[in-house]
Amino acid sequence: MDRADIESRLRDVLVSELGLDAAKINLGANFEQDLDVDSLGVVELLMAMEDEFGVKIPDDEAEHIHTVGEAVDLVHTKLNS
Amino acid sequence: MNSRRRVVVTGMGVLTPVGNDVEAFWASLMSGTSGAGPITRFDPSGMRCQIAAELKSYDAEDHFERKEIRRLDAYNQYFLVAARQAMKDAGLAFPPDDEMAVRAGVMVGGGFGGMETFIDEIRVLDARGADRVSPTGIPRIIANMAAGLASIEHNLLGPVSCVVTACSASANAIGDAAEIIRRGAADVMLTGGTEAAITDYAVASFGQSRALSTRNDDPTRACRPFDAGRDGFVMGEGAGALVLEERERAIARGARVYAEFGGYGMSADAYHITLPRPGGTGAARAMTAAMADADIGPADLGYINAHGTSTEANDATETAAIKVALGEHAYRVPISSTKSMTGHVLGGAGAVEAIASILAMEREKLPPTINYEDPDPECDLDYVPNTPREARVDWVMSNSFGFGGHNVALVFSRPS
Repeated sequence: MDRADIESRLRDVLVSELGLDAAKINLGANFEQDLDVDSLGVVELLMAMEDEFGVKIPDDEAEHIHTVGEAVDLVHTKLNS
Repeated sequence: MNSRRRVVVTGMGVLTPVGNDVEAFWASLMSGTSGAGPITRFDPSGMRCQIAAELKSYDAEDHFERKEIRRLDAYNQYFLVAARQAMKDAGLAFPPDDEMAVRAGVMVGGGFGGMETFIDEIRVLDARGADRVSPTGIPRIIANMAAGLASIEHNLLGPVSCVVTACSASANAIGDAAEIIRRGAADVMLTGGTEAAITDYAVASFGQSRALSTRNDDPTRACRPFDAGRDGFVMGEGAGALVLEERERAIARGARVYAEFGGYGMSADAYHITLPRPGGTGAARAMTAAMADADIGPADLGYINAHGTSTEANDATETAAIKVALGEHAYRVPISSTKSMTGHVLGGAGAVEAIASILAMEREKLPPTINYEDPDPECDLDYVPNTPREARVDWVMSNSFGFGGHNVALVFSRPS
């Protein structure tokens, strides 16, 4: 799966599972500051990513995800390692 | 001489199986419309009870953003919807810089909390494991969250709390809210109650306890309070919200006053987990206490909105209790059970029925007990059978009783 596929699927999940505003989602968008995702929402985000892509994201790796782009990168790395 | 602060009702809102706002609700009470039908929320096949009074035409997306809905059990949604109606009706808003916000609070009653979420999340835990459980599960489940959410939405910074006393919860909440204003801890209280428990688990469990009507082939005639053929209650859902306000403040700002809060009485049966104490002496003490708090006697009461669940035990015992509390006047006062139409809104029932009582007084029409056909010798009072009745009354009482032996009576009066 390439980055574009991951971004596309992640975007769908953010809209359908987390109810985020599709118009605000881009690779540079910060989850907390730009997309209004609070601390509970971050956990929901991680769970949704794990379910969608079949990966496990431990807490120490989750701490580094602040933007949509960072989330795409993490999934890409996990799926291709 | 009574110099305590007086409390009035300046706003009301409802979400019920017979109407999603006060006017629709009232129209149904006047037309004797039942909100009961076959359960659609889940497949009740094989259950003893397969009927309930569900909300009609309720769509969460009409009231909340999709992102919000994910974090709101219906229990919370229902109260927030009714609360918005009540605050708007009262003409009250507390913007962020309003210094009066600290004088406004919330007191909400509920029986369960977010039961649907609780059930769903337990199923996730069992089927998929601990790391698939939602981080927002607990905030959706806990029974106090309706109060917390309402304080957040309306910026109410004063006392915020919650009462969980089963089917008397929102009557307790209204009484407690009034007490908070009386003792000067707040000037405005958003109060009432909510329930959203038409779930497979609750219908199964209430069914197992033989509390629910099993008249599955005739749902609109299943809830028949005080009728000889009654065989249990019909679950309802929804919410009722009231704005209570210190009287001088309400008058000063030119608020519309629906009623004055008259009295609050409560007592314990101290008898059984679900059955009322035979003879109704427990419930009678709540009614007597409410009348004493309102400084009235039985002959002043012009209408009683009964708890009237349509269970064999409640309706006979409540009838006995009214006789104990009112003496000979019990035979003269009109009594009705609006649950015959709304079904039993459980923790929200006290609020919905307080509103029905206040509307009856304001509009000078008493809502009927529908499906009243065959008199029961144990229920021999005037239940306003089947059609509304015109009557000008100055004092009304609303009864609410809950599993655990909670008895609550509220008294309201025509505003002076």
